[in-house]
Amino acid sequence: GEGPSSSPSLPIVDKVLIANRGEIACRIIRTSRRLGIRSVAVYSDADAASLHVKSADEAVHIGPPPARLSYLDASRIVDAALRTGAQAIHPGYGFLSESADFAKLCEDNGLVFIGPPASAIRDMGDKSASKRIMGAAGVPLVPGYHGEEQDVEFMKLEAEKIGYPVLIKPTHGGGGKGMRIVENANQFVESFLGAQREAAASFGVDKILLEKYITRPRHIEVQIFGDKHGNVLYLYERDCSVQRRHQKIIEEAPAPNISSEFRTLLGMAAVSAAKAVNYHNAGTVEFIVDTTTGNFYFMEMNTRLQVEHPVTEMIIGQDLVEWQFRVANGESLPICQSDVPLLGHAFEARIYAENVVKGFLPATGVLHHYRPVSASSSVRVETGVEQGDSVSMHYDPMIAKLVVWGESRNAALVKLKDSLLKFQVAGLPTNIEFLNKLANHQAFEGGHVETHFIEKFQDDLFVDPNDQALAKRAYDEAKYSAVLVAACICKEEQYARREGSNGLPSIWYSDPPFRVNHCAKRTVELEWDNDLYSGVSKNLTLSVSYLPQGEYLIEIVVDKDSMQQHNNVKVTRFGDHEFRVEIDGVSMPTNLCIYEKESVKHIHMWHGSSHHHFKQKLGVELPDADDIQQKPRLDMSSHQPGVVVAPMAGMVIKVVAEEGARVEEGQPVLVLEAMKMEHVVKAPLAGTVQGLQVVAGQQIQDSSVLFTIKD
Amino acid sequence: GSSSCSSSPWTSGGPGLRFFAGVLPDGLDRSSEEFARNSQAMDGLLSRLHSSIHQVLAGGGPGAVKRNRSRNKLLPRERIDSLIDPGSSFLELSQLAGHDLYEDPLPSAGIVTGIGPVHGQLCMFMANDPTVKGGTYFPITVKKHLRAQEIAAQCKLPCIYLVDSGGAFLPKQAEVFPDRENFGRIFYNQATMSSEGIPQIALVLGSCTAGGAYIPAMADESVMVKGNGTIFLAGPPLVKAATGEEVSAEDLGGAAVHCKLSGVSDYFAQDELHALALGRNIIKNFHTAGKRTTVSVAREMNAEFKEPLYDISELRSIAPTDLKQSFDIRSVIARIVDGSEFDEFKKLYGTTLVTGFARIFGQPVGILGNNGILFNESALKGAHFIELCSQRNIPLVFLQNITGFMVGSKSEANGIAKSGAKMVMAVSCAKVPKVTIIVGGSFGAGNYAMCGRAYSPNFMFLWPNARISVMGGAQAAGVLTQIEKANKKKQGVEWGKEEEAAFKAKVVEAYEREGNCYYSTARLWDDGIIDPADTRKVIGLCISAARNRPEEACKFGVFRM
Repeated sequence: GEGPSSSPSLPIVDKVLIANRGEIACRIIRTSRRLGIRSVAVYSDADAASLHVKSADEAVHIGPPPARLSYLDASRIVDAALRTGAQAIHPGYGFLSESADFAKLCEDNGLVFIGPPASAIRDMGDKSASKRIMGAAGVPLVPGYHGEEQDVEFMKLEAEKIGYPVLIKPTHGGGGKGMRIVENANQFVESFLGAQREAAASFGVDKILLEKYITRPRHIEVQIFGDKHGNVLYLYERDCSVQRRHQKIIEEAPAPNISSEFRTLLGMAAVSAAKAVNYHNAGTVEFIVDTTTGNFYFMEMNTRLQVEHPVTEMIIGQDLVEWQFRVANGESLPICQSDVPLLGHAFEARIYAENVVKGFLPATGVLHHYRPVSASSSVRVETGVEQGDSVSMHYDPMIAKLVVWGESRNAALVKLKDSLLKFQVAGLPTNIEFLNKLANHQAFEGGHVETHFIEKFQDDLFVDPNDQALAKRAYDEAKYSAVLVAACICKEEQYARREGSNGLPSIWYSDPPFRVNHCAKRTVELEWDNDLYSGVSKNLTLSVSYLPQGEYLIEIVVDKDSMQQHNNVKVTRFGDHEFRVEIDGVSMPTNLCIYEKESVKHIHMWHGSSHHHFKQKLGVELPDADDIQQKPRLDMSSHQPGVVVAPMAGMVIKVVAEEGARVEEGQPVLVLEAMKMEHVVKAPLAGTVQGLQVVAGQQIQDSSVLFTIKD
Repeated sequence: GSSSCSSSPWTSGGPGLRFFAGVLPDGLDRSSEEFARNSQAMDGLLSRLHSSIHQVLAGGGPGAVKRNRSRNKLLPRERIDSLIDPGSSFLELSQLAGHDLYEDPLPSAGIVTGIGPVHGQLCMFMANDPTVKGGTYFPITVKKHLRAQEIAAQCKLPCIYLVDSGGAFLPKQAEVFPDRENFGRIFYNQATMSSEGIPQIALVLGSCTAGGAYIPAMADESVMVKGNGTIFLAGPPLVKAATGEEVSAEDLGGAAVHCKLSGVSDYFAQDELHALALGRNIIKNFHTAGKRTTVSVAREMNAEFKEPLYDISELRSIAPTDLKQSFDIRSVIARIVDGSEFDEFKKLYGTTLVTGFARIFGQPVGILGNNGILFNESALKGAHFIELCSQRNIPLVFLQNITGFMVGSKSEANGIAKSGAKMVMAVSCAKVPKVTIIVGGSFGAGNYAMCGRAYSPNFMFLWPNARISVMGGAQAAGVLTQIEKANKKKQGVEWGKEEEAAFKAKVVEAYEREGNCYYSTARLWDDGIIDPADTRKVIGLCISAARNRPEEACKFGVFRM
């Protein structure tokens, strides 16, 4: 009985357990608090001090860091809800949010599952089944194979029937995990088997479907919402075309460059899809739009609240989490289709800990500095972390979602760019600068988005290391930043010393420091960490003279014989690492972040539209000459050719080649997994594998040496 | 508020400014011709000072500096800058020692010395300049090194030796090697200071040959730099000559030899920056806090203080070019002390010596300043005030502008010698920190009573206009001419007017030259020449350094004179 009837046996929810972590847990807690619903957080050992734990009214420990032992452990979560007296469970997204079994388990224990009926989850969770149902309901489908037969040779024939390129996709799960594009028949078998393995590891089901691969597609999805009385609304669409590694990074609503007729068509199709499975609560129907023909096809339905739901909230002025609670309590939807407003335009940029130049590989580390842009009625920052927190290898590396709204797409885009510039993160690599480049790209500004956007414009988005003019400009900017950094460091030191002067009169730490009959001077050596060109860094030498009125004269060595001089650099300190610097007559706020990691002092600086990263060696920790030989060096560029280091922290899931085996260049040696993404580590050159000591199941650190290929 | 100043002839600090008891008035007439003349003269003196300083800061010249850099070595002042707390002050001593002293220039006497904080601990630095004659010790180099050690011993400052020296300058060995206050005294001082618990640290950043080898060897802890640092009693050439053994400098006495085999050195540094970082770490680990008794007192004194009410840079316009012209020392005090607050002691008695209590950067001081010739009363007042400050452990600041004690029958009959002796006795025996600044003339016994060099002030600095001699050039010429005239007369030689004038001029010229502040500072009769505008800061730093030692008991009561 999962009909659209209200269940009088269910209580009105006044306490909810949130079976999730990070920003979405915080997001749900916020609405709960506003509605007066008490919240219960759950946490693994890795999250004991997390923001979502601190924000909730109560928190329950549910196990060790690996998700399958904590956030995916359905019985522990249900038990936590029962123990704390919560009447409902909100699953958020990911983890158990699309588990029909979990929804059923909640129901069996008398708990309200805040989401669709278990049957709808089941129907839509199986991609083959969902396509069958959609086809029957008249929703257009992409040509493909969705059958039971999974034999690799049979599948290969089916692929040829559809015509290459073909998309290989696990029937379960989402987020691009396990997906492969196959360009021709030769690649089919390897890709198919890899997809099967990844699907099995991620979702426990290795069933695969095949689809025609559309070369210039857009990813447009429709937010729908249903109540238990059979009403289903569409809340307009989101364009989520801009993706990397098949995962969204910038979403917007409404979709640019579509007509209102097309919008209505999409919306109606989405409502039909939802009604076909008796849907209620929040859901998203994803379509692939072929930009060359204007056709759209049903891709899948996500039976949960999605990561990017805030862009929809911004353009309709509603709180979808509140709607979820109301629908779960049996209420009717608060408005009808004709009353759904469409207000302005919204963007969401996902800020990830990831290594853009290393192919967007997930990164881990400590958020030594975390200062998101300040929130307002038109700027939302959805985050689950605070300064000092770690991004661990156990969970999704998303740091925050930046959501902006404007009267028009242009107005929203201006705000997006501005907010990205003001979003400060240091301690681990992020995609912020890349997002900013995306947002500033002409094609993006024009709304000419498509799924292959990043590949198509990669020449603009990634720096060409051979572009001398660009390199010079970047270097000039870095030098300017180095001058600011030197000035701010000098000012900061003066304050720091005065605080801890051990009882010495402050005159020993006066500003400027005293010298007899001359000005104090100091040299600041900075190593510019050039993020644009991975691994290329430059040493900058600056000479700072302390002028009588507390100003600085800063000289920077340009080349062997010439210096660039900045007179009267004036620094005003506002607070911890917050300054206003006047240089060559222009003054701007400047922020600094300084932390130490592995005997290196890292200095980040934000000034106007620039963010630079510098390093300083700490003299004290230099190891003895003898030790240097044995210690694995961390800098990748300094390794001998043939030495292969882990591109990211993760777990070895398979060792393909054995110690001593002969391999060709590009041949897979082992397979790593992090954040449920497989990464094949290949031989950089032909030779024999040596020093291979890792085994399947072993956890490894970022940049640790995996093996060496020797001739 | 007091109205004692209402009828004062001094210029007021401006309308609406009320003088509370103890707040000194401005005392300067900026529109006067004198003010402009004094400023202009001081500007000239300062530009000469700055150009002299500019020269010594360049070390041994571009060639030597370049060679030094090519060995990855910093200059001595840069070495000190990387040792002291970043952005902290450094009180350098006797920058112009050795000025015009030998045939060749010897910038800063080939060694940079001074005081700066490391992890909040004040230390005395002694850094050889290898760009100046290979860092070898001339007689004045030894004197400057010993003076730094003397200050360190008096103030109980840990000594940091930045060694990079070829040892004694052999051509002048007779003036460097044998005497009590010569080269050997350096090691004697190291030993005795170490025995008193004053840490002795050597960073071997370059060569350290022969006698110089004893500096790290005598140190409590020492660091050596791989490649650059060497310690040996005899270098490779001498070894070859003596024993025929052929060996490289690094194998003979490099960091590896001394850190791994001989144990002469304790810390092995990869490069100079590493060595300096190790040096900072050693100082951090002194843990002298437990021994110090003055810390809590210092904390208490470190409270908020007020800057002087008047522009400190106007100190450049006070000292007259003509030493015969007098000026009110209170106008100097008003620009040196916190909030220009000065509580005068015995204000109405012996008025040619101004005495009183004030604070400088929160540190209490007793100030004695000359406002004319020392008479009987002024000398007695001075002795009384010194005893008073001694009793209360208040540091003394002497502002010298003194032509001497009053002469003549009346004075002698009043026992001026006896009164002067009292003041000299008090100055000699006072155990409190003492700082002397010569802001004008310093002549005769006035120099003694006002804590001249012979009375071991912890620090002594000169303004660029300062003059020091037993008496003024004209007076000396007068005296000498009379004696010479008498001699000539005895020999029956007639002395022409022109000859007499030439004789006088020669004496005046010699006094002019030898009484000059550069002549003094080149010979280390003082600790340096300073810009008058830096007087407050320098005194503040000196007092603070001198207070580093524990209080010494005062051995006499306060006699009312």
